[in-house]
Amino acid sequence: MENVNFLYDLLGRNIISVVLVISLPLMFVLVYALVAILAELKVSAWIQERLGPMRTGPWGIMQPIAEVVKLIQKEDITPDKSSKLLYNLAPFIIFTGAYAAFAVIPFSEYFVPAGINLGLFYIFAVGSISAIGIVMGGWASNNKYSLMGAMRSVAQLISYEVPAAMAVLSIVVLASTMNMQEINKLQTGWFWNWFIFGGPGTLAKIWVIPFTLGLGLIYFISSLAETNRVPFDIPEGESELVAGFHTEYGGMKFAMFFFAEYANMFVVAAVLTTIFLGGWNSPFNTFMQGPFWGVFWFVSKAFSVVLVQIWIRWTLPRFRVDQLMYIGWKVLLPLSFICFMAISLFVMLK
Amino acid sequence: MISEFGIILLYFILGFVFVGIALVAAYFIRPSHPNAIKNSTYECGEIPIGEPWVRFNVRFYVIALIFLLFDVEVVFLLPWAIVFKGLGWFAFIEMIIFVVILLVGFAYVWGKGDLDWERPKPYIAKLSDLVIGKKKQ
Repeated sequence: MENVNFLYDLLGRNIISVVLVISLPLMFVLVYALVAILAELKVSAWIQERLGPMRTGPWGIMQPIAEVVKLIQKEDITPDKSSKLLYNLAPFIIFTGAYAAFAVIPFSEYFVPAGINLGLFYIFAVGSISAIGIVMGGWASNNKYSLMGAMRSVAQLISYEVPAAMAVLSIVVLASTMNMQEINKLQTGWFWNWFIFGGPGTLAKIWVIPFTLGLGLIYFISSLAETNRVPFDIPEGESELVAGFHTEYGGMKFAMFFFAEYANMFVVAAVLTTIFLGGWNSPFNTFMQGPFWGVFWFVSKAFSVVLVQIWIRWTLPRFRVDQLMYIGWKVLLPLSFICFMAISLFVMLK
Repeated sequence: MISEFGIILLYFILGFVFVGIALVAAYFIRPSHPNAIKNSTYECGEIPIGEPWVRFNVRFYVIALIFLLFDVEVVFLLPWAIVFKGLGWFAFIEMIIFVVILLVGFAYVWGKGDLDWERPKPYIAKLSDLVIGKKKQ
């Protein structure tokens, strides 16, 4: 359990280092959310052959800050018919759930906020908290759109949780650990040691590569559904449900939902990076490998995954509800079980 | 001083406090002029008819129940996945039986049609439909 955190080595395990450990990821989330909002605006503009925001600062890079300032100044409305306590509690729950997942994300070889052995299990447990926040906000708004959006959203979240969990479980079978830092250490070396390419091992792993590639894809699709991104954004379908579960929210409370969505996007991208794409490891063995390069590799890999999520959002149309349930239960779930069984058989025979 | 799980608790507290600070900061900056129409339920400008808190489609509960089974199964599989290499073929076959029993139940639910959601059934009109008195259902 030693060497989990360079701050403890530097400052000792005292109040200052603990405060830094818990607040550094928050600062990272704040900066990341601003960058991701700008990326969303700009990528959508480029895909549609527009320029995107250009007036705020050079090439419009101040646009996210302008939006935050706007949201702070917005009047806050609590509908008369809503359930006041739950209505106001929902943004707290949803953001806390999103932020708590950052506690086990290994940013570097020497920086993981809490290096617990149950890392992946914990991420799945905490990831489900957002479902509670969604159904709480949707029900408490006392609005038909909100309630329908919340119900659909939760049905979708839980449907896609099973394939995602099976994908993670298969990697746990290969790695024999749930500690995210240990999983990263296993993938050190060239990029063919990453679990998406079958993990470390001899040439015999060639049998397992199709399954791990498939599981990577299954996890990515499920993670899109779990963050309510296009093409799985039926709960927020503007044309039929206004804004889904957050129809009644405005101002800073809406900003918290928005913020939590972007934080969740990063969390699923970080899990994908950690268990499939080698986490903080350099793709080229010892080239640019080290604690500080680790942060660079980790953030750039995770942010690339986020960019792919944004890219998909502006490329694909939305699924229908029955298609969504069909893909989740009848395609991804059996496929993930097949992959899981094949991988455990491979591990037994090895 | 503080355990790893203590740090996780601090993460929860910090997340909660951060939202609190953001909302309190907005409270001092934003205007507040509520009135009855502004605080009414939003329904695209119409006056809402009826309550949204009504009974809901049973399909959602069925999906929730199936999910619960699979989630419990994943919870059982996770500790197994870490140690099964050392336990040999007995533990492996035991777990395959466990998974197969669940999949049999899954096949039953599939066959019963509980995983099917209503899909649009477009009816394409034929020329004969236009003839009065001969409209087919």
